Amino acid sequence: MVSERRIRVVVAKPGLDSHDRGAKIVARAFRDAGMEVIYTGLRQTPEQIVETALQEDVDVIALSILSGAHLALFPRIMELLKQKELDDVLVFAGGIIPKEDVPNLKKIGITKVFGPGTRTETLVKFVLENVHRRK
Amino acid sequence: MLDEQKFSKITKEREKWEKTTVPSWLRRNPERKKEFKTTSAIDIKRLYTPEDMKNLDYLRNLGFPGQFPFTRGLHATMYRGRLWTMRQFSGFGTAEQTNKRFRYLLKEGETGLSVAFDYPTIMGRDSDDHVSRGEVGICGVAVSSLKDMEILFEGIPLDKVTTSMTINGPAAMLLAMYIAIGDKQGLPRGKLGGTTQNDMLKEFYAQKLCIFPPRPSVKLVVDIIEYCAKHLHKWNPVSISGYHIREAGSNAVQELAFTLADGITYVESTLERGLKVDDFAPRLSFFFAAHNNFFEEIAKFRAARRLWAKIMKERFKAKDPRSLWMRMHVQTSGCTLTAQQPVNNVVRVALQSLAAVLGGTQSLHTNSLDETLALPSEEAVTVALRTQQIIAHESGVTDTVDPLAGSYCAEALTDEMEEKAMKYIDKIDDMGGVVPAIENGFLQKEIADSAYKYQQEIDDKERILVGVNDYTVDEDWVPLEILRIAPDIEAEQLARLQKVKRERNNARVKEVLDKLHDATDRNENLMPTIIEAVKSYATLGEITNVLRNVFGEYRELIVI
Repeated sequence: MVSERRIRVVVAKPGLDSHDRGAKIVARAFRDAGMEVIYTGLRQTPEQIVETALQEDVDVIALSILSGAHLALFPRIMELLKQKELDDVLVFAGGIIPKEDVPNLKKIGITKVFGPGTRTETLVKFVLENVHRRK
Repeated sequence: MLDEQKFSKITKEREKWEKTTVPSWLRRNPERKKEFKTTSAIDIKRLYTPEDMKNLDYLRNLGFPGQFPFTRGLHATMYRGRLWTMRQFSGFGTAEQTNKRFRYLLKEGETGLSVAFDYPTIMGRDSDDHVSRGEVGICGVAVSSLKDMEILFEGIPLDKVTTSMTINGPAAMLLAMYIAIGDKQGLPRGKLGGTTQNDMLKEFYAQKLCIFPPRPSVKLVVDIIEYCAKHLHKWNPVSISGYHIREAGSNAVQELAFTLADGITYVESTLERGLKVDDFAPRLSFFFAAHNNFFEEIAKFRAARRLWAKIMKERFKAKDPRSLWMRMHVQTSGCTLTAQQPVNNVVRVALQSLAAVLGGTQSLHTNSLDETLALPSEEAVTVALRTQQIIAHESGVTDTVDPLAGSYCAEALTDEMEEKAMKYIDKIDDMGGVVPAIENGFLQKEIADSAYKYQQEIDDKERILVGVNDYTVDEDWVPLEILRIAPDIEAEQLARLQKVKRERNNARVKEVLDKLHDATDRNENLMPTIIEAVKSYATLGEITNVLRNVFGEYRELIVI
């Protein structure tokens, strides 16, 4: 019997801010839920994040940003993912992202944006329901 | 102290009460929870009695305000004389915009300035650096050269206000710019009053805005302490900060312990430089968070003062009474604010501020209700400032000194905070100090564990957050207008930076940067050369790069 591959997630921190409390909690929650978690550490450029996703062959990218630079950085990440043919990877985001920015982020392929106060269980459930396993 | 006979009578009566009155009441009215704990997992008893103060020696443990061990406050009359400094952390967009906000706050009764810089500035990067894209002026004001700083303080006489600058890695550069402006205003340097946060140690395990590795970072901190001891007598060279430790997820005991451990390291490092303890210790200042648990927070502030006074007196043999003073700034805790039903944050901030005032703070920042969503709007920051003014002028708590002293509960918690913090400090000492405790990941792990535990308590509803995991509504009933930074800020800032680079004497800039490189190589105190550099309009990024080349760059130790 071949055991099913565990879901592989990269929790990534783009932007210059250093608020990693949420990202680390989310990383632990995914790990406790049985996923393989790669946490990038702070201040990753879009290029570094996409490179990690490629190298680690992940199914999910969880972006955490609280600096307000999401509109400058997320489009670049999505563009690079497309270039590397990683567009089947589930990408979602959390942090401080104003509501009115969400429609634009959805348009470029960020599946969902979670705000402060989200239960970790909600995130785990979201990943399980939306992940497309990569071969 | 009560005598033995009185105590045994109280004990007897208490035991009787526990056997009779309590069980009969509990049968019909069970308690809400099995156990009641603070955020630091300190058990809160159902009732505190004089027995909890049995070992309290009034003169030794509490004493009088303005006297060792300062449990009751740093000053004899506390807020009956001067109120705390109302200091709102602010900065956004360009220097012009922030200058306007500063003037507005001063007009509305603020008594001190506090500058928030944007992320590129905090990381020692110019606005035109490629990593600054999308970040210029977003989370604070962009300062790339002395030109920006001149605009930031235009029309504000630096001998009339004190200014706190939340800056760490590039603290020397920003302080140098402030000094340069003071020089331009014709002020003797001894007249400049304010604070540079300049606390690098907590950056490595809490706030994580690091440029250089730990050891050269501490060297720069000591450079500033030494320079200020000699030239800027009214400046607090460092604000030893527990705030970020708490925001990163620690509990109250850890916040207290790690902050004091950082303080001990700075004192030791400055003594190694050859200064005498009383020459610099009076200007060391502190910064704490005011979190939700009201009594635990008050106990933390009182214990902090007592513990620091003892450390300075006993461990470092300080003689000047002011070396024993823990002067503190407090900010209400940002991480307790909720994005849900944000108007409720006004109430949280009011309670937290009250704890800070009852804890005897010297300076206070109150968060604005909209800060989980964005930087504060003018309306929101006004409510935050008014909250302080209401506590100061309407509540009456400022009319007597340390009104909670003698509360069985407050004193028991104060003792417990001190005792538990001291255990951590001993443990860190055993590891060889804070730097080894950062390098082996101990401090990072402690904080990550506490943060995760806190979140689990919320997820499991063991900890109720109103509007988040209980009393929720589908749509917030008060829509907020949040502050948005106009996208043209970046272009405006870049144009100014280009103009500065075009108009300055580039040969002079090169000369002074070379001189800085040599001074860094020779391990000299870098402040004088950095002042020269900023005056030549060398940019923040250029100066930081010189140091980066010599010191190297810090690589984050990832601890989940």
